[in-house]
Amino acid sequence: MADAAQRQKDDLSLLNADYATRYGFKDPVDYFHKGARGVNHEVVEMISKMKNEPRWMADRRHEALDVFLSKPTPQWGNTKLLNEILYDNIYYFMKPIEQQGKSWDDVPEYIRNTFDKLGIPEAEKNFLGGVSAQYESEVVYHSMREDLQKQGVVFLDMDSGLREHEDIVKKFFGTVIPTDDNKFAALNTAVWSGGSFIYVPPGINVEIPLQAYFRINAENMGQFERTLIIADKGSRVHYIEGCTAPVYSTDSLHSAVVELIALEDAYIRYTTIQNWARNIYNLVTKRATAHKNATVEWVDGNLGSRLTMKYPCIQLVGEGAKGEILSVAFAGQDQHQDAGAKVIHAAPNTSSRITSKSISKDNGRASYRGLAKIHKNAVNSKISVECDALLIGEDARSDTYPTMEIDNEQVRVEHEARVSKVAEEQLFYLTSRGLSEDDARLLIVNGFMEPFTKELPLEYAVELNRLIELEMEGSIG
Amino acid sequence: MADKKPLLAFDDIHVEVEGTEVVKGVSLTINPGETHAIMGPNGSGKSSLSQALMGHPSYEITGGEAYLNGESILDMEPDERSRAGLFLAFQYPLAIPGVTVANFMRAALQSHRGKDADMSDFRKLFKAQMDDLGIDHAFATRYLNEGFSGGEKKRIEILQMAMLQPKVAVLDETDSGLDIDALKTVAEGINRFHNDSNGMLLVTHYQRLLNYVKPDFVHVMMAGRLVKSGGAELALQLEDKGYDWVAAEANQKVEV
Repeated sequence: MADAAQRQKDDLSLLNADYATRYGFKDPVDYFHKGARGVNHEVVEMISKMKNEPRWMADRRHEALDVFLSKPTPQWGNTKLLNEILYDNIYYFMKPIEQQGKSWDDVPEYIRNTFDKLGIPEAEKNFLGGVSAQYESEVVYHSMREDLQKQGVVFLDMDSGLREHEDIVKKFFGTVIPTDDNKFAALNTAVWSGGSFIYVPPGINVEIPLQAYFRINAENMGQFERTLIIADKGSRVHYIEGCTAPVYSTDSLHSAVVELIALEDAYIRYTTIQNWARNIYNLVTKRATAHKNATVEWVDGNLGSRLTMKYPCIQLVGEGAKGEILSVAFAGQDQHQDAGAKVIHAAPNTSSRITSKSISKDNGRASYRGLAKIHKNAVNSKISVECDALLIGEDARSDTYPTMEIDNEQVRVEHEARVSKVAEEQLFYLTSRGLSEDDARLLIVNGFMEPFTKELPLEYAVELNRLIELEMEGSIG
Repeated sequence: MADKKPLLAFDDIHVEVEGTEVVKGVSLTINPGETHAIMGPNGSGKSSLSQALMGHPSYEITGGEAYLNGESILDMEPDERSRAGLFLAFQYPLAIPGVTVANFMRAALQSHRGKDADMSDFRKLFKAQMDDLGIDHAFATRYLNEGFSGGEKKRIEILQMAMLQPKVAVLDETDSGLDIDALKTVAEGINRFHNDSNGMLLVTHYQRLLNYVKPDFVHVMMAGRLVKSGGAELALQLEDKGYDWVAAEANQKVEV
């Protein structure tokens, strides 16, 4: 047994090494601006000043900081890990370069290399309508196809969004996720920097995805991007977000706030593949409002990180609105993926579907935390929730915390939860056809993820399968 | 049949399941081109023997030797046995949700050919084999055995055999759950696969498959042992008279 334990250890270091090789490289950076550790009103004022923001935003930040400082750390979820966050040890703002690039040639070579290694410029050429690349606190590269610009589609980093479209930002910022929603949303509101701002005019169909890529490079960095997407009446947009960071020995914090607003008949799909290093706290608030006959879809993939707490939410506020949340989480050694979904039905004839899939391996832990709420007036509404957990190894853990609040009787609610193990019989069947046990297990896991993977653009599906393969390497059944 | 080196030879094989001996010393030799049938009532140990030969972890081989193409297989993992040329068509094939028949088949064939081997012929080969077995191409993109009828599962097993071209194929109750048309199609597939250089071991309760796939040798298995061997005519006798007379004969032998 000592052998097995040693082997497991070796396998795991190999696994980490693999993340390190592929995503864990670090750039030695001379930052244009690197603030001090810790957060206070001076830091907040400095961020706002550097960005040349209108006063109302600065005030909003200061209020939010007070909320952050006064709110206790959540007393639910993985409180042990949450209590380990050293807020005073974190850098809240780092500006890598003075000016954003509009072409990759404008971006300093070391940063360009980073995104080259991550395959972003290649993807941009092949299948994206626009790209935004954030490095630490700020977006260092941004571009959008000309035809979309001509149609009036706005895709900017959030800082530029505020500068160039202050009226829209002022109207919608913080309306879906108020400052005092939770401690981390408050922190984000106080120190936010970067993120994406998208506005799609009425009736415009953005046929190809827009993408942002978030890269943390520095140790103890806090990344607090703020994203606001507004799809005006009858418009359609698909936004994709990817995230990685190098491997350090001490923790970094990623705490984003994402607000989506789908106005009447609009459609928003938001796809995320987050693949964090194992020392990242990933505490994200994502929420959408769907108006009359609008549709919002969250497609949310979580790999890596030390602790992820993320529960994409859809508020169906207009009659006939639809919401879909499809998520997967992969919890490996020493990781806790506390993910889930929330749907709030506040209008008649609304429907929602939640499909949550989690994989726990070694001593990893995946939790599903969900809320399905139907208000009194939301008659003839439908909710379907399906949670599927797959355990690999004896120490893997999965929990489900579903909450249902149904305030009227003219609704249909379905809830299904399943926990399964990679069955010995399935492994035997596949190995009897010549597949090695590792390959067989990987095939079963990829099959488990298929309902999620098939919703991704092909390039992302391939990438996700590759990431899962890395996570599965040397796995101990 | 010039080369008479046995393809599969096992000698005095004992198998235990959860501490109970279910196969109590079975020996058999299959030469190239031969088809053997092991027949026996339920619980005789014939399925346990097939599972153990393929290396199922719950079926422990506690004694004896088994050689595939002259090579001992008992220390091999199931995947190594497969790549060495052994195939087991399952009585109850497992469903693998989310994994399409085509992806699975490609992965299996790739594992036989080697990680970096050329697979450009896969699609054509796969389609041709599906056509031969009368399998609708739509099955290629369905999830392996998920929601398949009994007959469909068995056909997919034979498809896998045809794709992997094993040296020795063990077919465990492949006829069970098949209607007469499906039985004929499956039998045709088996006959198309079988040639002078491979060997077949049909494990079956009934002889109806043997109407379409002619065995060279028939062995009767009871209570973990092969108690009687003969030619194809033995299967017909069993069909006529059941297993009791063989049991009586075997008991007599033991008593004498």
